[in-house]
Amino acid sequence: MLIFKLAYRNIKGAGIRTWLNVVVLSLAFVLIIFSQGMIDGMNEQIITTMQDTEIGGGQYWHHLFDPYDQFTIEDGHGELPVKLQELVNKRLATPMLWVPGSIFPDRRVQAVVLKGIDVDQTIIQLPSDKLKINDKNIIPALIGTRMAKQTKLKIGDFVTARWRDKDGTFDATDVKIVHIMSTLAPRMDSQQIWLPISTLRQMIDGKGHATVLTLKKDIGPVPIVDKWIHRDLNYLLKEIRALIKSKRVSTLIFYGILFGMGLLAIFDTQVLAIFHRKKEIGTLMALGMGRWSVISLFTLEGSLHGVLAYLLGAIYGVPLLVYTSTTGIPLPEITDEMGIAMGSTLYTRYGIPVLLATMLILFLTVVFISFLPTKSIVKLKPTDALRGKMA
Amino acid sequence: MNRKIHVILTICFIFISAAIQANDLLNNPPTGATILKNIDNNLHVDKAITHTKMVIYRRNRINTIKAKTWISGKYNAFTEYLYPLREKGKKMLKLGDKLWTYIPEPSDRIITISGHMLRQSLMGSDLSYEDMMNNDPLTSQYNAKVIGLESLLNRECLVLELVAKLNGLSYERRKLWVDPSRWLPLKEELFAKSGKLLKRTVINEVFKVEGRWYPKKMTFKDMLSKGKGTEYHIESIEFKKNIPSHIFSKAALRK
Repeated sequence: MLIFKLAYRNIKGAGIRTWLNVVVLSLAFVLIIFSQGMIDGMNEQIITTMQDTEIGGGQYWHHLFDPYDQFTIEDGHGELPVKLQELVNKRLATPMLWVPGSIFPDRRVQAVVLKGIDVDQTIIQLPSDKLKINDKNIIPALIGTRMAKQTKLKIGDFVTARWRDKDGTFDATDVKIVHIMSTLAPRMDSQQIWLPISTLRQMIDGKGHATVLTLKKDIGPVPIVDKWIHRDLNYLLKEIRALIKSKRVSTLIFYGILFGMGLLAIFDTQVLAIFHRKKEIGTLMALGMGRWSVISLFTLEGSLHGVLAYLLGAIYGVPLLVYTSTTGIPLPEITDEMGIAMGSTLYTRYGIPVLLATMLILFLTVVFISFLPTKSIVKLKPTDALRGKMA
Repeated sequence: MNRKIHVILTICFIFISAAIQANDLLNNPPTGATILKNIDNNLHVDKAITHTKMVIYRRNRINTIKAKTWISGKYNAFTEYLYPLREKGKKMLKLGDKLWTYIPEPSDRIITISGHMLRQSLMGSDLSYEDMMNNDPLTSQYNAKVIGLESLLNRECLVLELVAKLNGLSYERRKLWVDPSRWLPLKEELFAKSGKLLKRTVINEVFKVEGRWYPKKMTFKDMLSKGKGTEYHIESIEFKKNIPSHIFSKAALRK
């Protein structure tokens, strides 16, 4: 208790120097915790959005299809095998058909992917039911807000679409925009136009054809099927997880530098304190205080910076962290243009175990840095200390 | 007076001859297959060197590309681009159904154009690589039927409707306006399966080279897009030249 009182009195006495250290440390603490929350929030938000709007509980891809190679789209579709058709019939999966083509809004050519979707599907959040219309002479089409912006198409507009059938022969027709959807997933919006899958199958003369089969969330074990490759969530989220991991590392490096500056300030303070307070150390030792008690005193002084930094950080950090996790952080448009399914607002997420672990690691680092300069006290003789000499 | 009568009689004779000829063409037209065969024969080049100019009308600018091409039969061609400066030195080699392009320094790369890349536009024009690669004679791909007679560019033309006899051709239906005295398709329209007009080619000027009529200026137009299309000018053509075989090799691309 005596050591604690002495330590508190000493850092209080250091005045502005103490507060400068505390402010820098608190800033580092808050920013590191905030960045963790931001990355975790981003991770959770992207994965949830992708599952809801794109990948469901996993997908089957036609064996010739590779979404990253547009030249595979033309041939990367085929008839669904019986086992997969059973999943569709049980409403556990929904097929999608991709056909490369062009549209001519305002008679300007634009390359697109014509995507066919079951109008009654409920597997992903896409308003496919809007494609149900009564007029059999009209081919209904659905586009996203980004696509509408790119093409200047509006609801009710007709646009010519051109594609090749499964044998490679050109075909073209006019389709009517019946709905413009707002989706968080740019990959379900840009440069694509959605049509009823039954219509698109007729258009390419490909009865029962599909490119991708999207499974219901939490579907459980799925069958192995020849020529159709099952892509689980780990595979489909691999890239986004790698992106988030790299983002986490780069963010931590940035805030780590800030934390390092705080630690350097504490280290510097400790070294200076030991140098300036040699006579005090000698007096304490002469009065009977053990070497380890003196070391504890100085370590505690340094560590108290950490405690005060947490207290100060809590004053402005807690409201900030609560605000960002409830109201969210508005994101610039560039995140949407990058094709990341995240929406316009990012909500930070703080898991209690991660939060406590982060706080503990940061505090222990402060304690360790506070302890390091005090090692020289071990070798100090009280008589030398009283004369102001170091060993 | 005699002179006036002579002129009137001459004009009448020309009109009557044209009418008789038109009537004859309409009543006894050659069969579609014969017409296609004659077109194929007329346009067939055994060996030739051509200088061409392509004028591409784009939204905001006009691009002019000049090239020299060595042709050997239907299947082999070697093109060297000469103008503009940014295209100069680019080369293209066609051997059968294979196509390579060479991009000079600093890239110094030979790119194989295959599969779906053949469907891309040729240097931003209204032509695709595939359009350029289509060597097969019309007779082997389409059944043709004469459906009428129309006057085009002051020439009486037989109008032919072509329907694909093979699966997988780019265009299921075509319509040709053929000048039967020169065996040139002065106009061609390409249709989608649905019947929608996709492309139109018009021969605007012709010239006679070594006894046969050949297109001098053609206009290709993607009918679904805005714009004036792409003009293709054959500035000169020399038939039956001895062309060394090493020209038609990949090694020639880097020379």
